[in-house]
Amino acid sequence: MTQYIIRRLFQSVILLLVLSAIFFALISSVPGGLLSAYSENPDMTPEDLARLRAKYGLDDPVIVRYGKWLMQMARGDFGTSFTSKRPVLVEIRDRLPNTLLLTGVSLLVTLLLAIPLGILSAVKQYSLFDQIATTLTFAGQSLPVFWFGLLLIIIFHVKLGWLPGSGMATLGQPFSLVDRIRHLVLPVTMLALVMAAGYMRYMRSAMLEVIHQDYIRTARAKGQSERMVILKHALRNALVPLVTLVALDIPFLFGGALFTERIFAWPGMGRLYYDAAMKTDYPLLMALLMIVAALIVLSNLLADMLYAYLDPRITYS
Amino acid sequence: MLDVKTTEDQEIMRQLSARENEALAPQQSLAVFFWRRFRKHRMAMVGLVVMAIILLLIVAAPITARYDPNKQNLRNRFAPPSWEHWMGTDQLGRDFWARVIYGGRVSLAVGLLTMLVSTLIGSTVGLLAGFYGGMVDAILMRITDVFLSLPTLFVLLLVTTLLRASRSPVFQPGSFWPIAFIIGALSWMNVARLVRASTLELRERDFVAASRALGVSDFRLLFQHILPNVASPVIVAATLRFAGAIITESGLSFLGMGVQPPTPTWGNLLSNAQTDMINAPWIAIFPGLMIFITVISVNYIGDGLRDALDPRHVMERA
Repeated sequence: MTQYIIRRLFQSVILLLVLSAIFFALISSVPGGLLSAYSENPDMTPEDLARLRAKYGLDDPVIVRYGKWLMQMARGDFGTSFTSKRPVLVEIRDRLPNTLLLTGVSLLVTLLLAIPLGILSAVKQYSLFDQIATTLTFAGQSLPVFWFGLLLIIIFHVKLGWLPGSGMATLGQPFSLVDRIRHLVLPVTMLALVMAAGYMRYMRSAMLEVIHQDYIRTARAKGQSERMVILKHALRNALVPLVTLVALDIPFLFGGALFTERIFAWPGMGRLYYDAAMKTDYPLLMALLMIVAALIVLSNLLADMLYAYLDPRITYS
Repeated sequence: MLDVKTTEDQEIMRQLSARENEALAPQQSLAVFFWRRFRKHRMAMVGLVVMAIILLLIVAAPITARYDPNKQNLRNRFAPPSWEHWMGTDQLGRDFWARVIYGGRVSLAVGLLTMLVSTLIGSTVGLLAGFYGGMVDAILMRITDVFLSLPTLFVLLLVTTLLRASRSPVFQPGSFWPIAFIIGALSWMNVARLVRASTLELRERDFVAASRALGVSDFRLLFQHILPNVASPVIVAATLRFAGAIITESGLSFLGMGVQPPTPTWGNLLSNAQTDMINAPWIAIFPGLMIFITVISVNYIGDGLRDALDPRHVMERA
């Protein structure tokens, strides 16, 4: 197993190197040059642009710049943002906790909704509850998440005025936990309900598959209560694929945050990326892309390892 | 995308045994046979009817839209839905129903083109990798792994922003095909894996050896003999991809990075909605509703196709 993990880690590093080269090539391939966004600015003379190009070393060939960037990365230096002139790491440090709060709470709510409802749906297969739940989850999976966010704002902020529709805190007020929670409700609902739909469907089919196994019949035959059969014997095995699914989905939470943070003006990584893309702020773009790519590669590895750990029948060599 | 290996393998095994059963049925009645099975899926039939209505409205847009989608009337801005303006008017007094109908043309075209691009790339990669194996397989699958590790939404946003910043001629207002190609180029991996797995098993079958013995070229063998045998899962995957592409395009356009205004699409109609929804909530409601109805219909059709094309698949919603 240790050998397997080492080999996978080694492959992951190579994969990330390839990805970094792709990202770098993409960003550098802007025909008008990286500063084309600035050339629209009437206050910028060609001399200013040339000075900027020289300052950021943009006159070097792409390969040289990529090499420099790699060396920097190896030293743990992500560079300085073009636009804010602050170190990229400081920018990320300011935003990361906000995104982690939003995605963490959303994931928690998702699982708290999806697991019990999925079990109930499977145990009471073909009941009225199951039929309604199955239809709703199908609808939830077809719902454009950003539209759902707009609807939430229209209903609960504009029409009813119950909840704030943007930001993390009420302006001009000292921090309070209640205020933060009120600001979290709508963005979390937007992310969690749509994600819960997918997980619930998955939980239901995993549970259905397990319920028909022989060992469940054995558990019933030896006189276990139905509650114990479901919660102890069936659930433990049905959760195995779900756990790996959650691991695989972690990076996509960041993708979802791209919409949530824009709609709800939540100052997190998604907005940081969006703004960086708008301004072709390439040190910041590279850093954020690499973080998300690393998350994807590592969560794949994590999912495979969890799978082997939780299901003793699976071994890797 | 739920990509847990065991279920995928089971799905492929099911598809494979399904194909053996199909071979026993008489050829000419195959379409009738599938249609009978498809018809049993009630929600898929509803989806089919809804999609037919939407397509009719959109194809006949010059008649059904009733107004010119670009005609402004500044004295009638933000008019709520009424008999004259079924979906109200927008910030420039344009009829919103007309804009939604014309927007549907672009949204569906992007979805269709994306589906074609991703299915074409995916099938080709899968066929080549599965058929030739060895180095070809290893290289193609490593490339697939790289693409699977790309944060799709982030890369999409990056590529479209860069294209826009460069004022590339392919990215002018009104042109939608670059978006479709970019989304398609980033979403072929599942089809590739599906087709590869099926091809791996098919190439060992007798009919492939027989075709080889007859001197059939590899190209013909791949596209005329093997491809039809992997069609069922590809058709299902392509249908779901169509739905996914509509959501992706509208998401991208919502962020302001998809198809550029004044060309309306369901996504970019929504991107103005954020500022206007306090005065005119209908602007935020209707385009999204159209996306939702279309996507759920297509997903149900995909579900029905899966049931119809795979005899061993349990019919849950009979």
